Parts: sequence; structure tokens; C-alpha cells
Amino acid sequence: MPDKKQDLIDQQLQDLNNDGVDRRGFLKCMAWAGTGLVWTMSGGIPVSRAFAKTAGKDAGVVADFTFVQISDSHIGFNKPANPDVTATLQTAINKINAMPHRPDFIIHTGDLSQLSKPSEFDTLDQALKGASAKQIYFVPGEHDMLSDNGEQFLQRYGKGTKGTGWYSFDHKGVHFVGLVNVANLKAGGMGSLGHEQLEWLEDDLKGRSASTPIVLFAHIPLWTIYPDWGWGTDDSAQALSYVKRFGSVTVLNGHIHQIMQKVEGKVSFHTAMSTAFPQPAPGTAPSAGPMKVPADQLQQVLGITDVNYLVSGRSLAIIDSPLGASAPSPAANRGGSRIVGSIFG
Amino acid sequence: MKKRNVWIAMFAMPAIAALLMLVGSPSATANDQASGAGAEVVIDNFVFGPQTVTIPVGTTVTWTNRDDIPHTVVSTEGVFKSKVRDTDEKFSYTFTKAGTYPYYCSVHPKMTGTVVVK
Repeated sequence: MPDKKQDLIDQQLQDLNNDGVDRRGFLKCMAWAGTGLVWTMSGGIPVSRAFAKTAGKDAGVVADFTFVQISDSHIGFNKPANPDVTATLQTAINKINAMPHRPDFIIHTGDLSQLSKPSEFDTLDQALKGASAKQIYFVPGEHDMLSDNGEQFLQRYGKGTKGTGWYSFDHKGVHFVGLVNVANLKAGGMGSLGHEQLEWLEDDLKGRSASTPIVLFAHIPLWTIYPDWGWGTDDSAQALSYVKRFGSVTVLNGHIHQIMQKVEGKVSFHTAMSTAFPQPAPGTAPSAGPMKVPADQLQQVLGITDVNYLVSGRSLAIIDSPLGASAPSPAANRGGSRIVGSIFG
Repeated sequence: MKKRNVWIAMFAMPAIAALLMLVGSPSATANDQASGAGAEVVIDNFVFGPQTVTIPVGTTVTWTNRDDIPHTVVSTEGVFKSKVRDTDEKFSYTFTKAGTYPYYCSVHPKMTGTVVVK
């Protein structure tokens, strides 16, 4: 295990995609390094070479595009950790609208509401209407399925989806899959996808070319971060076994209200900040409840994640920007990105 | 000061709890079932406390959520199920049959507890 981790770090310390960031530079730009994920990195093959091989062949298959992930808006929450979650969601939207290139779409990775109340969903809808990206994809968090097993969530955000709200779509050569791991949770367990959804996922991925970039998104992390707090998904290993053959897999989650990431083989895992309130790092508090920070620091621990697919270099960059930082620009992103836990073995 | 707190947590609290149970139990059994003897469970920091409550038949258990996050109280075997309980909201259930009743929070299923009815 430690060797594997060291290998990973060693790979990362090379100039992987000829972007001029060498071993030293990489260390210098650790804030960027932690947030930028190179998705063609794979077991032992120097990635810069893989880029050179594939860039010509696949050029034009994946167009340049950006999408934004937001998460855990918890509209309706009004406790001291953040008495005005609608305002911070609005700040997140303003940040999205200030991006130099309009994102193609937004993914919301769940916990739209605090208590699944119609008024909370209404407030969220109203705020999101002002976003520059009109297409928004949702998956539910456990807070969105509190009173009615998610019926209302499905009616509002899950039209045409399967089961409790799972679905897939293609965008400019990338295959996206929205998964639900907050339904029918079992006593003593963590997140759960369930047999029916796993079967659907296997079927959905079948027949797709291994060179298709895959993005999986779900509310609860699809990798085990901290079981004591339920920060993981009991049957995620099964889901991940279906994506093993693909050359590039990105997994985007929310739920834990902080940035965590891990790269395992060809799979990059990433969790986003909340737009509402921060939660403590695993094991650093008696529970995973909302963490109160001084009011002037709140916007530094809330944020949005924008994901850029770049044809040149065939790399995917995940950039986390706290709400308190200035409008996204490469420099601002480097300075503003904040990593709570980087590579996690 | 710190040491003292630890001492209180380790020894005094269970002692107080035991005393309360000693005081509570005989009066509960003495009472008519319908008159509803009570037991309290508090949800604090994503934990049901006490994790196990032992009560005589006819006792009403009341759960109170002291967290800033909503929870539920759901019988693992489908015997009882609360609505979502936000901060300071309560849920009560009267146990009329002897038995062991495991339960959990369906929102945070790592949270589990047991009611033992004798």
C-alpha cells in the first residue's frame, strides 16, 4: 500500500503533460497539483507519452468544454454554521456567471434542500434560474428524500430517470452517469446503490468504447473516506468494477462538505465543497455535524468546482474555488484552491 | 479541571444514569400501563444516548434531536417510524409488548440504538 502511494506520487511529480510544470514546479504549485487531475495517467506508462499517442488519434472526439459541480446547498438550513444558505448559494451562482467561458452545464451532487420541503426546492429553483448555464443535472442527497422517499425530488429533478433517480447522458464524447446512493439505506450501513441500479449501470456501460471518458457522480462518496461517519458507499466496489476497463474515469461526489481526492489507477475521485456550511475533517470532531467558523472565514470553506476538459494535452482539470476568492482565472485558481486532504491511501 | 470532567464522564454519569433507572423502574412497573411511564433518548452528535434503553412494558420512549441536522428514528423491523425530526423536535412511541427493538436513523444509518422491553 505505501509503495503504491509512492508510485502515484512519483508519477505525479513528473512533467506529465508537457505543460512545463516539472518536479520542482509541481511542488511549488501544489495547490494546483492537488486540484488538477490528469485523467490519462495509468499504471506505469508515462502519461506524456500516452498523450502524444492519443492526442492525434482522438483529436476532435472530445471538444473543449467546462462544466461546474456545486453541492450541498441545504436550502432551509438556518443554524449558526450559516444562517443564510440562500445567500451563499447566490454567491456560488455569481461565481459561475463570472467565469470567462460559460460552462456547458452544472451538476448538483445533492442535498439541494435541508428538509425536502417544497418551499426549499422552490427557493433553490429560483436561485438557479439566474445561472448562466441553463442545463442542470441533479442527483439527490439524503436530505432531498426525507419525507416522501424522494417522490418530490423525482417529480422536480428526475423526470425520465430510472429507479430512485439514476440516469446517464453523453456530452461531447464524454459519458456521464448520475447515481443515487442515498435511498433505502440499511441500519448500520453507509451509502448504498442497490442491486437494481448496479445492474442498470453494468448494462449502461456495456458496449461503450474503453477510450470513452467516464464521469460518475453521486451524493455520498463512492470511495470509503471515513466509515465511522458513514462517508462511503457499501457497494461502490461493484460499481467501480464496471468502469475498470475504461481509460479515464472521474468520480465526483459531495456529502462531506470539503475537498478530498484520491487517484487510483485510472480513476480519479473528488469531493466538492458545500455552498452552505463546512463539515469537520474526518475524525477531528465528535460528529460530522455542521462546523461553525468565524463569519469572515465562511466563504473560504464554501465553494464551487469547475471541471475543464482540454483537448490539447487530453487532460482534465478539476479546479475548486472558494466563494471568497475573486473571479476564476488560472492565477486566482492556483492561489485560491484549497486542499483539505490530498492523496488519501 | 480537565481530569475532573473526565472523571465525571466516566464514573459519575453512569452512576447517575443507574440511579435514575433504579428510581424510574419500580415506579414504572407500579403504574398502570396506559398512564405512560416515560424514558428519554437524546440525539446528540449523531449518537442515540443512551444507546440501549431497558424499560418495562407500557413505557413511552421519547427521542429528542439536539443536533443541527435532521434525524429519524426508524425501527429496523418496521415496528415504528418517525417523521423527520429537525433540531429540538421529538418523537414518542409506547412499547406495549416485551421484546428487543433495534432502530436506526434512516438518514444516517450508522446511528443505531436498541430499546429492550421487559
